[in-house]
Amino acid sequence: MNKKQKKVLIRIIISSLLIALLMLAPLNGSIKLVLFLIPYLIIGYDILIKAVKGVLNAKLLDENFLMAVATIGAFLLGEYTEGAFVMLFYQIGELFQSYAVGKSRKNISSLMDIRPDWANIEDENKNLIKVSPDEVETGSIIIVKPGEKIPIDGIIQEGLSSLNTSALTGESAIRDVTIGDNVLSGCINISGVLKIKTTKNFDESTASKILDLVENASSKKSRSENFISKFARIYTPCVCILALMLAIFVPVFNLIFTPNPPVWDIWFLRALTFLVISCPCALVISVPLSFFAGIGGASSCGILIKGSNYIETLSKVKYVVFDKTGTMTEGSFNVSKICSIKANKDALIEYAALAESYSDHPISKGIQKAYGKDIDKKRVSNVNEISGKGITCVIDNNIFVAVGNDKLMQELNINFETISELGSVVYIAVNNEYMGYILISDVLKPDSKEAVKNLKDIGIKKTVMLTGDLEKYGNHVAKLLDIDIFYTNLLPQDKVKKIEDLLENIKSHEKLAFVGDGINDAPSLSRADVGIAMGALGSDAAIEAADVVLMNDNPKMIAKAIKISKKCMRIVYQNIYFAIGIKTICLILGALGIADMNLAIFADVGVMVIAVLNAIRTLYVKKL
Amino acid sequence: MKKTYKIEVDCVSCADKMEVASNKTDGIKNAVVNFMTQKMTVEFEDNADVETVMKNVLKACKKVESDCEIYL
Repeated sequence: MNKKQKKVLIRIIISSLLIALLMLAPLNGSIKLVLFLIPYLIIGYDILIKAVKGVLNAKLLDENFLMAVATIGAFLLGEYTEGAFVMLFYQIGELFQSYAVGKSRKNISSLMDIRPDWANIEDENKNLIKVSPDEVETGSIIIVKPGEKIPIDGIIQEGLSSLNTSALTGESAIRDVTIGDNVLSGCINISGVLKIKTTKNFDESTASKILDLVENASSKKSRSENFISKFARIYTPCVCILALMLAIFVPVFNLIFTPNPPVWDIWFLRALTFLVISCPCALVISVPLSFFAGIGGASSCGILIKGSNYIETLSKVKYVVFDKTGTMTEGSFNVSKICSIKANKDALIEYAALAESYSDHPISKGIQKAYGKDIDKKRVSNVNEISGKGITCVIDNNIFVAVGNDKLMQELNINFETISELGSVVYIAVNNEYMGYILISDVLKPDSKEAVKNLKDIGIKKTVMLTGDLEKYGNHVAKLLDIDIFYTNLLPQDKVKKIEDLLENIKSHEKLAFVGDGINDAPSLSRADVGIAMGALGSDAAIEAADVVLMNDNPKMIAKAIKISKKCMRIVYQNIYFAIGIKTICLILGALGIADMNLAIFADVGVMVIAVLNAIRTLYVKKL
Repeated sequence: MKKTYKIEVDCVSCADKMEVASNKTDGIKNAVVNFMTQKMTVEFEDNADVETVMKNVLKACKKVESDCEIYL
């Protein structure tokens, strides 16, 4: 509790004790009025002052004014206990609201707070001193001890350690790093002391950027939030007019048109009850709180949603369009199959890796990666790279190795069989004898199939895959993943065109999401209703272009992001319906004289408490 | 030009009031008050003097919600 809240709490305690005492005492007349005014003023003076100020500023009809009128009205009618009680309950409600909301606000913020508080640098005497990360200039050396967060992006100069990237990606993943590696701020250093030369200043570093993004997210308001603020702005005046009608028109109507007595005081009291019920706090607080908690919960899973409006859109997504490379596949060339006819597999890959050791071609790199051991380049001589065909070389001074495509094999007159599998086939011949082949392809991510299934399970109507690949390969991948529609042979601009075509053919309440790796599909990301960038850790371009950023590159996170947004929207609507519903019922009961003022204030505070607690549920999304 | 300020405000409707008041102040193109992060993002008109404008914004906000604070 902060100072302000403590002060209110003390006032609440004192005035409730006083009210309790006064209720026991047998009091009458003006003495009773004066004595009840004491706790009333203790608990309500600030509300009264604010109400007067509001009137002076021509800002009638805010909640302070409502409470002031309602309670003063109760005093005028001689309902002293009621007047003091209502003010007391109102303050208790406000205190709870500010405490609960403040607390959850802090919890959510700290959940998102991956920003490091300090950086260690060495002073002239080699002593470690803690400084604010803002003060560290680009190119300085910082020291990160085990257990500390890396404050600023940089390159390791000394030391070797493991980093936990969970704060950034939401998944606990350990990465080993050593001298020369780039490290990102926000990662936690687990084992060794690291000396890091910073490559960016603090504001430009990954952790700061991500935090800014998430914190500013709730500034982009969703339609429901705008609805609520507009609603609140017109709702209070409307209720006041209704209250006025209750207080004046009903008795006047009675007086003129019916034989009944006008009963001014009863209708006046009912009008006051009406005013008490009318406070729209529950709605006004719970809707933005739900969105904020949703954004916070998502970010703790490594899903950054750039605005409440995107939560709303995401929850309505019915069509998901993927870019293939880098989204459903790893986006790098890997050996997917080694088939040896004569030699054993290890020998085959060893020959291939040795032959390709001087090449930087992605396929060569894939083979070298698959070999996995250090390559002794001295064993290779007479390397001859034949562009568009492959490589020939001599290994260990006496073995002639040819590694390449079918054209190379034909040129060397080697007797081989043509393989028609998907991907790039690399044939290997040793001393002009065909030994086997290695199949290189962009492999699917292990979770891709399940990711598509998850999307179907949560009610996505169509999954669409766009790829620049050939029909044959696109077809293969689409079948493997159970994707409904696929388009092949697309250039980046064709992808935007396809998305526009799709957008034209879907209904307006159904939304389309595009998922890409953010590298060359920025136009598609911005054209879709909601653009989701994957595996964006460290890629500023993707973070800029997308509306939703998945920090790790697991495609299952797409379905998770949609689930989180659906849960969030469900809670938002629950709160809207619940709060408006209860308020309406209470208003009717109040007008009919069934609910009195105490019940009214209970309903008001109660609805707010439940709505706030419900809103906080949005935060718990880990298990979705 | 855009700037972000730290603010202190107790309730959402008070934040809403601040937002309305700020947007009415001269020199402000658009102001967004974020209750959840207790921050205020202000976009100024092109030739506005930031300091005076913000003083007026603070005054306007104090007028509608005496408990609020903007850390300039």
